[in-house]
Amino acid sequence: MLKNNVEILHNSLPRVEGCAFHPDWVDEIKINKSAVDRRIATLNNRRTVKKEYQAAWLLKAISCIDLTTLSGDDTPGRVRRLCAKARNPVRPDILEALGFADKGLTTGAICVYHEMVETAVDALKGSGIPVAAVSTGFPAGLAPLETRLAEIRASVAAGAEEIDIVISRRHVLTGNWQALYDEVKAYREACGDAHMKAILATGQLGSITKVAKASMVCMMAGSDFIKTSTGMESVNATLPVSLVMIRMIRDFYEKTGQKVGYKPAGGIGTSKIALQYLVLIKEELGDEWLQPHMFRFGASSLLGDIERQLEHFVTGRYSAANRHPMG
Amino acid sequence: MNNIAEIYETMSYGPAPEQSDYVHEWLAAHKDGFKLFIDGKWVAPKGGEKFIESHNPANGEYLGKIAVAGKEDVDAAVKAAAKAFPKWSGLSGHERAKHLYTLARLIQKTGRFFSVLETLDNGKTIRETRDIDVPLVARHFYHHAGWAQLRDEELADQEPLGVVGQVIPWNFPLLMMAWKIAPAIAAGNCVVLKPAEYTSLTALYFAELCEEAGIPAGVINIVTGAGETGSQIVNHPDIAKVAFTGSTGVGRYIREATAGSDKKLTLELGGKSPYIVFEDADLDSAVEGLVDAIWFNQGQVCCAGSRLLVEEGVAARVVEKIKARLSNFRVGDPLDKTMDMGAIVDPVQLERIADMVDKGEEEGATIWQPEFNCPDKGCYYPPTLVTDVSPCNTLVRDEIFGPVLTVMTFRTLKEAADLANNTRFGLAASIWSENINRALEISSMVKAGVVWVNTTNQFDAACGFGGYRESGFGREGGKEGMYEYMKPKGEWLGSEGNLIDAPAPNKVANDVGLKAIDQTAKNYVGGKQARPDGGNTVTVLTHDGKIAGRVGEGNRKDIRNAVEAAYKNAGWSSATAHNRAQVIYYIAENLSYREDEIIARLVTLTGVTKKAAKAEFDMSVSRLFSYGAWADKFDGMVHTPPLKNVALAVNEPIGIMGIVCPDVMPLLSFVSLVAPAIAMGNRTVVIPSQRYPLLATDFYQILETSDLPAGVINIVTGERDELAGVLAKHDQVEALWYHGSAEGSAMIEKESAANLKRTWVNNGKARDWLSSHGEGRRFLREATQVKNIWLPYGD
Repeated sequence: MLKNNVEILHNSLPRVEGCAFHPDWVDEIKINKSAVDRRIATLNNRRTVKKEYQAAWLLKAISCIDLTTLSGDDTPGRVRRLCAKARNPVRPDILEALGFADKGLTTGAICVYHEMVETAVDALKGSGIPVAAVSTGFPAGLAPLETRLAEIRASVAAGAEEIDIVISRRHVLTGNWQALYDEVKAYREACGDAHMKAILATGQLGSITKVAKASMVCMMAGSDFIKTSTGMESVNATLPVSLVMIRMIRDFYEKTGQKVGYKPAGGIGTSKIALQYLVLIKEELGDEWLQPHMFRFGASSLLGDIERQLEHFVTGRYSAANRHPMG
Repeated sequence: MNNIAEIYETMSYGPAPEQSDYVHEWLAAHKDGFKLFIDGKWVAPKGGEKFIESHNPANGEYLGKIAVAGKEDVDAAVKAAAKAFPKWSGLSGHERAKHLYTLARLIQKTGRFFSVLETLDNGKTIRETRDIDVPLVARHFYHHAGWAQLRDEELADQEPLGVVGQVIPWNFPLLMMAWKIAPAIAAGNCVVLKPAEYTSLTALYFAELCEEAGIPAGVINIVTGAGETGSQIVNHPDIAKVAFTGSTGVGRYIREATAGSDKKLTLELGGKSPYIVFEDADLDSAVEGLVDAIWFNQGQVCCAGSRLLVEEGVAARVVEKIKARLSNFRVGDPLDKTMDMGAIVDPVQLERIADMVDKGEEEGATIWQPEFNCPDKGCYYPPTLVTDVSPCNTLVRDEIFGPVLTVMTFRTLKEAADLANNTRFGLAASIWSENINRALEISSMVKAGVVWVNTTNQFDAACGFGGYRESGFGREGGKEGMYEYMKPKGEWLGSEGNLIDAPAPNKVANDVGLKAIDQTAKNYVGGKQARPDGGNTVTVLTHDGKIAGRVGEGNRKDIRNAVEAAYKNAGWSSATAHNRAQVIYYIAENLSYREDEIIARLVTLTGVTKKAAKAEFDMSVSRLFSYGAWADKFDGMVHTPPLKNVALAVNEPIGIMGIVCPDVMPLLSFVSLVAPAIAMGNRTVVIPSQRYPLLATDFYQILETSDLPAGVINIVTGERDELAGVLAKHDQVEALWYHGSAEGSAMIEKESAANLKRTWVNNGKARDWLSSHGEGRRFLREATQVKNIWLPYGD
């Protein structure tokens, strides 16, 4: 059954194979921070979606959520409740009113620590919802390399179909791109058939140019997704950082023909911000990336806000949190 | 049933219309036609029922009837402004500041109304009117409320002009109105403003706000109409200044029309601004910047980055990126909040753009437009990319005022600068490079009043905006903008004494300098004494008619040679200020050695007492010291507009200046005019006093010993107005100072219209060269042009 899920979800999708390390692809990267900021500032006023378009886009956002719990006090009970929410993210009567009752809407994945993988896999059996495990000594990534690799293998063995690895920030901060490439490539090999998301911890990389360069190295090393943050840094996903990372995805696609997915994580808690991300992806990468296999939100509280917005769209009344089943 | 499931699959944008019913209600309330706002009252135009219909270019919808002001109406408006002027200009700065502050606040409070009305009237997107135009309008009134408050402190030696006539274009109707009105009334002037005939509505709504704000009657008068109304304002004898933003053609007409009228003039005209992308730029950001450059306001922007110059090695990639960006461009209903571009202002303009693009294509250009369709109805033109062009193509040379970008490549920084400057215009430039050395180097090389580094089309009330060359003269915004609406107190004396007529020649044998060896005064060109081209000389008479000697009779070819010599020595303009100061001090030093001789010359020639001659001589030496001092002290400024950015306001030399000297105090006036010009880095062609040119020809011997590089000061003697006319008609001469007759002043201003050179004329009046009006910042401002270099930063 587990194996079966992997086939359904992933084996039909092309993997990112990566490529040899090209130092010149890193060296040539130029990012102008103020222009990036300006693009973001104006983009939010250049595009918007209203009414039924907004409702449809919010449903899309739900399908792209990696519903996440990464807490020291996670228990099987808590994780099972979250999985139930992933299967039923929106109250049926609301979906009915939206004409979306029979679409099998679920979140994109459940994202947990390794110890919770088995529970989650079990709870999601038959749903088609993959389990993602944060790994490699998440969030700091400073466990011994062998431990980090073993953690990946263990999570894959436990049924995780997606592995969210953390990169060694020191390789970025010291400009040791070869070391970063080697590390991520080793992680990729350990992942086997599981898809790998590389977490850059962008809030710790010091400059937006470093973010861009780290993105390029992680893609060369074969990351299926690049992801902003662990959610534990003081600054997590931002739109400007996202713009730079997805432009790198575009560059990498132009260079290699390989399409890498994108996952902003941390701090995305409102429908409004989620829509801004979807607009950004649509404008810079195109509609093809507006699918759960190419785009994910790493978020824990976003779903609740979207549910209230959808109910408001349906009823015209502002909603309350207690009207929606908690996850 | 909704179609949410379908949208879920397509992820398309739906309509997002801005609400506009309340603006339509306002329009409906004026369905009988708008009136003129004169003397604080709404008055119907006199002399008949002449109206212009205003339409929404996005859909042709009728918006209202705009009154056409005739001569009587303009007279009434000017009269009202003149009547209001004494009281308004006499208010304390704080009182005037409160009025401007009220306007700033009211604009903010009615911002959305203004945005919607502007979008309906002009066709630009609601995003632009809401996020750019209106906030900048409010900011302009705030900033200038500050200038009103500080005027008496910061501009203590200046006074307002009186009635100012202002004519503005249709591309930024509200913003240009703010740029015109705010500094004018902050300084204490009263205004008569004419909005463009396509786009008068926001100015009329603003006039209603003026009533609400309690602006005193007559301080702001809004008269609507077309070209004829504008012409009546421009030509009105009681207007002290004309401020115009619009086409270079009309600017030229205004320059000619106001020639000799003693009206102050600022012109903000056309452009063909380069957008330079180096291979080390953030190319994605540079491409996105183009959207804000040439696809901002449908390209109907005087400073639009319309000429993309891209380093050859990355050109193909950049073009591909542009095409990709344009492929998901959105053109349509300007009131829809998701549009990149709205409608062209009028069918006339739409046709003009289409015709020009056709012409460019006939000349060999390749035209690319994205595949999506513009709306069928309304004035829309798609974003257009033009490749396979050189500076020979119409589309590269001429201002299109539409969403059309030309692409050319360059190999080196120098070639980029050469291509950038290969235009008659000089309004703005954008530079894209991640190398600060490269960016600042080319910023210093481009001829443009505004340079944006790694950004484009940024505006702020604190930063002067305006052009070089045929993009006009004068600045709007900042302190330099305030000077355009003021004049130095008591600058000019009467018309007496400036020029000195020659008496009938005294037939008595020459008794001047008999003991000396005969002197041959020539022209001084390119650092050498040069015989006049025509081979003739003219006699120079002393004050009492005795023959004092002969000087060359310069002609047009001597002027041509002098300008050529000045052109060749571009090095002076980039020499360090310290270096220029040293040379000027050295001239003073060498002049001082010849005190006795020159004082004797002054006494003999001009008939002054020895004491007066010594005073003139001493002041001349002192004045040279002053400009040696000023050379490295007339610094620019660093502005702090409200974003993460520094804007360097650099005082740059204008280039090649013509200087025409009066007869009065022939040494001191010569020094007073030439020294500030060269101190600021200009190269000069000087026509010395026609009556007493020998002081200037004596002077070149001093120059020859003072390490002055060849070509920095060129002296051509002869008939003042004939030579000045040649300078005025010389397109390489970029500024011209004239101190002669009133008729000569008119001639200079008229003849300068062709290349729109900056002129500074005396209108026949004299100046007290010994007083504080003989030197200082006034001269330095006229000898420089401000370049604002925007440097946003962040990492």
